[in-house]
Amino acid sequence: MSALLEVDSISVSFDGFKAIDNLSFNIGDAELRAVIGPNGAGKTTFMDIVTGKTRPDAGDVKWGTPPKSLLKMNEAQIARAGIGRKFQRPTVFEDQTVADNLTMALKANRNPFAVLGWRPSVDSTGKVAELASEVGLAAQITRKAGELSHGQKQWLEIGMLLAQEPRLLLVDEPAAGMTLAEREQTTALLVRLAQTRAVVVVEHDMDFVRRLNCKVTVLHQGSVLAEGSLDHVTRNPDVIEVYLGR
Amino acid sequence: MTEKLTRQPFILRNPSILVVLAVLAVFTVAVTLLSQAYGSGTVPTSTVKVLGKTLCLALAAVAMDLVWGYLGILSLGQMAFFALGGYLIGQWLMYARTEGIVAASLAQNPIPPTTAELQEGVANQIFGVVGSSDLPLVWSFAHSLPIQLLLVLAVPGLLALVFGWLAFRSRVNGVYLSILTQAMTLALALWLFQNDSGFRGNNGLSGLQNIPGLDAVDQATLSVWFLWASALALGLAYVLAAWLVSGKFGSVVRAIRDDETRVRFLGYPVEGFKLVVFTLAAMITAVAGALYYPQAGIINPAELMPIASIYLAVWVAIGGRGRLYGAIIGAVFVSLLSSWFTGGRAPGIHLPGYTVNWVDWWQVALGLGFVLVTLFAPKGIAGVVDRIGPLRAPSPERHAKEAKA
Repeated sequence: MSALLEVDSISVSFDGFKAIDNLSFNIGDAELRAVIGPNGAGKTTFMDIVTGKTRPDAGDVKWGTPPKSLLKMNEAQIARAGIGRKFQRPTVFEDQTVADNLTMALKANRNPFAVLGWRPSVDSTGKVAELASEVGLAAQITRKAGELSHGQKQWLEIGMLLAQEPRLLLVDEPAAGMTLAEREQTTALLVRLAQTRAVVVVEHDMDFVRRLNCKVTVLHQGSVLAEGSLDHVTRNPDVIEVYLGR
Repeated sequence: MTEKLTRQPFILRNPSILVVLAVLAVFTVAVTLLSQAYGSGTVPTSTVKVLGKTLCLALAAVAMDLVWGYLGILSLGQMAFFALGGYLIGQWLMYARTEGIVAASLAQNPIPPTTAELQEGVANQIFGVVGSSDLPLVWSFAHSLPIQLLLVLAVPGLLALVFGWLAFRSRVNGVYLSILTQAMTLALALWLFQNDSGFRGNNGLSGLQNIPGLDAVDQATLSVWFLWASALALGLAYVLAAWLVSGKFGSVVRAIRDDETRVRFLGYPVEGFKLVVFTLAAMITAVAGALYYPQAGIINPAELMPIASIYLAVWVAIGGRGRLYGAIIGAVFVSLLSSWFTGGRAPGIHLPGYTVNWVDWWQVALGLGFVLVTLFAPKGIAGVVDRIGPLRAPSPERHAKEAKA
């Protein structure tokens, strides 16, 4: 399997606390992967490192073919290279309309002067409308994002991620604060998205992970404890001890 | 609802532009018709100058609103750019006028003066007050109006670019950035205060109201010309600023104000956007200064002290930040009110045993007003306009972060 993202024995510590300890992790094109682990296992730090928010003390993160190190790039460059991130708390621009939020996220030249000269086209307007209906916000397109419900904000953020057309999606606890119906919709969407790109879902809701029906990586104290199907990892005695058996 | 998203001339999407331009035009024509030079003479020349200067302050406030209201950087150093613009145009005004005077006096000699003699005479005239008779290097282009005009844009622009690049690259934000901008203007002021800075120390540049080559034109006429120029500059800058904040660029800029980190994860080079807005605002502010000081007649380093930039922030806050017309309303309203109250013409309030003298108490009242506006009307005066008028700004109610808090 050719890896799209290759995390090679990274370590990072904060004030002596080892958040990530010699972690290696690969994901291929069009793969869906769930990352689970108890609080403090290093799930969010792992995402921070891949997206450029945190620099590891050791190790390397390689991206694409030919493999290029992400460690020399800043957050914006990594995002432009094709890695999209969905935060745990929905972060949309509340002051602006759903359409504005989506338009900003549309894949386009991000240079300030190019943005200055950017004008909406039939194509871009169509794309925004299409994205809005895909995430169920077609009726809310001219409303300010701040007026949306929590679940709708989550969906708007997913829509913004789709607009970026990333090759790898990092999704942090997508099901948090969602109703049962919304969770089911989210599961279906993530599975569908993973057909055309790589998706990494960080979650600690086991039911949600079970529904994703994909390969699971269990993190514990900053390194991989087990990897495989959910049934496989849940039978692992180490996993049972640190995570499930509490 | 899709037609709302499709292309429309941006002026139609921003009715406030037409209103502002119309008000500005009516104001300018009215003042002209009441002036001593072109009309009834009801408005004295000194008042025309005050109004012209007020338009320049409004221009600086529009730039401040771009930086603070839209980009979210509370810059407390904007007046450094304003004063730099004034100093750079002042160099030419002072040099060219002194040159004329020196040439006239030397012409009485039997032998016509050489260029070197002429320059020495000019240097003596300008710098005698700080005990020097050499023309400093920074005055190398003072003889040329086109070059000094270019420098009015280039020097503040470059300063903003370098300062911004250093600050934004290190991700200095919030209060720390405000303090840094304040330090910048203070450092510049302290440097200019020195006699050997090349800008006549605390004497500053004076006699700027006399325009070289226009000796035959009286101040009454000049004041109206400057009013026109100031109104034109304000109108043009307003349209430019409104265009800047109306499209996707404005969307990104406001997003940076509300959540910079998130914008980075969308792939936008945040520093680049900040630099563009900060530098452009510095250049607009410099133009405002270059128009202001010929009307004021004198500039000295006290103009760069941080308090001046803080006033600018207060005007924008009272007018309503995040709305360009709010900045104009604030600057015009508060600065005119300030000059009335501190001009000694405002009647004092006689209390038993104490008389409130506005010259002393105005600052207190202004400070109190600022606190009250911040607490009870965070949208400023423009917030009131929003409620009663059809002027819908393409912009925010207020900072989203505040709303969350």
